[in-house]
Amino acid sequence: MIATKKIHIVPIQFHDGFLLDSLCLYLTQTFGMSAHVENKAINIKAAYDPLRNQHNSSHLLAQLIDEPPEDAGRILGVCSFDLFIPILTFVFGEAQLEGIGAVVSTYRLRNEFYGGQSDRQLLMERLLKEATHELGHTFNLYHCYNPGCVMTNSTYVEDIDEKSARFCKECAAIVQ
Amino acid sequence: MNNRDINILIVDDEFSVRDSLCKWFRSDGFTVDTAENATAALERFKEKGWDIVLLDIKMPGMDGIEFNRQLQSIDKNIVVIIITGYASVDTAVQAIKDGAFEYISKPIDPDNLTHVIRNAIEKRRLSKENIQLRQKIEDLTSPDDIVGTSPQLRQVLKMVASVAKTDSTVMIRGESGTGKELIARAIHSNSLRRYAPIISINCGAFTETLLESELFGHEKGSFTGADRLRVGKIERANKGTIFFDEIGNISMKMQMDLLRVLETKHFTRLGSDKSIEVDFRVISATNRDLEKAVHDGHFREDLYFRLNVVTIDIPPLRERKQDIPLLVRYFFNKYSQSMTKPIKDISPEAMEVITNYEWPGNVRELRNVIERAIVVCEGDKITPDDLSFPFRGRAKQIISDDSLEAIEHSHIERILNRTGWQISQTADILKIDRTTLYNKIKKYNLNK
Repeated sequence: MIATKKIHIVPIQFHDGFLLDSLCLYLTQTFGMSAHVENKAINIKAAYDPLRNQHNSSHLLAQLIDEPPEDAGRILGVCSFDLFIPILTFVFGEAQLEGIGAVVSTYRLRNEFYGGQSDRQLLMERLLKEATHELGHTFNLYHCYNPGCVMTNSTYVEDIDEKSARFCKECAAIVQ
Repeated sequence: MNNRDINILIVDDEFSVRDSLCKWFRSDGFTVDTAENATAALERFKEKGWDIVLLDIKMPGMDGIEFNRQLQSIDKNIVVIIITGYASVDTAVQAIKDGAFEYISKPIDPDNLTHVIRNAIEKRRLSKENIQLRQKIEDLTSPDDIVGTSPQLRQVLKMVASVAKTDSTVMIRGESGTGKELIARAIHSNSLRRYAPIISINCGAFTETLLESELFGHEKGSFTGADRLRVGKIERANKGTIFFDEIGNISMKMQMDLLRVLETKHFTRLGSDKSIEVDFRVISATNRDLEKAVHDGHFREDLYFRLNVVTIDIPPLRERKQDIPLLVRYFFNKYSQSMTKPIKDISPEAMEVITNYEWPGNVRELRNVIERAIVVCEGDKITPDDLSFPFRGRAKQIISDDSLEAIEHSHIERILNRTGWQISQTADILKIDRTTLYNKIKKYNLNK
């Protein structure tokens, strides 16, 4: 547990205060590190790929972790646009394994994306799970095979709904 | 299979593809590395073996299709997944024909990639398991009692390795207990016939009639007592190997019958006129001087030449003394484990006694002596008192001293043990009087 370092939550063109507050509260409880919203200038255009009409998550991540503030134990970028890494059609988020940075997007977490009705509570739960999952990687956690663990790999939004927002015992022990 | 144990190599000329795939797989805990072209990938193969290769088709220099062919020749069990931005049915078909496991086009759907990798791991796991199982079968079927590093034994094993690759008839010669059957089994288990049985027959253990029935089998009712059909050893050895032990002990009639079978590869069961074709390899063994038997007219010359195509001479244990400590360790570990006795070691004194003994019964005698020592040993170390030699009695007189006194000491004790300490009988055998014998017993401090 790192007492003095904080989790910096950096909104990237993201203005949903309720979701940001939820993230602060939940991540503080889960990781035992104080989580705060901190603003940082991010060049979104540089990460945009007009051919794919998506943003490159690796580009965003590189900007997020560039010259980190001294008290930044972890930096989590939150955005609402569609993310990709070059080889994959999309990603929900990306993180540095055993690093400090992670980024998540709500784009494919919204029910509307799949033609469904808007569901704010479900969106919040999905975001908390994805943010916890990506930050888990920064604690050197790999994808987990324990059913229900937040570190299980999710390639569909239904996979996210199936798992819990919590670490299994083994993963929790590594984070602690 | 733990993800960390799975090695994935990504070969793509685009950095962003290599980088993103590398991160993707690392987050699953795989061991990942990348290469920007075929040449760099080959360098990675010099460093370690790879389980799964993700391979771009369009690369400068050697393209993915060609490199895939090369990879298949390096490791036929490697799992290659072709990735390309230029997806076409033709390249996909060609890649699969050349042994690639799967073909996916980029950008890849994350769920599809997860599925493909899961299947690739399963395929690799099964291939590895098959290799291990095959090895296990071979370990189970190959003899493990051939122990030693002496030049003499190495020469024998070299001969075994070269003759195993052929289908030649082999004659193994050596004293009793040198391990002739083990060598025969080693030849068989390293030959192409190893998936068929090796059938052994001790020719010296049967009368002529019984040996005939054992070898050729018989039909029901072919003679009194033949109440059922019996398949003979020659028939059971079909596609495999037949091992004739003590071949020098068969009668002239059996020699003739055997010669006919070896020449025609056909035989008939007793009581039948139906000829059965068989395909087997012959290995025979003897400790007799067959050349003398041929010279004396006791062994057919034509059979001798048919059996004696390749000869392997196994040296007696006394001629490869450097193997004795290794054999002792081997049998010690084997029997102390199987008997679960808390014996930790063999004392240097016991080892000296063992090493200095002449071992007329060769490895078989050594094995029996060690097994017996473990049975009788009451301490945590085998001492000379635990050793007993069938040909020489107790061990403590077996010393590395060739003096007349030492030999007399050992000889008197051996005769005393043989007669059960009958003083008169021992004195008669030694052709000395009883008083002299008593004096010698006192001198050498011999005890019953």
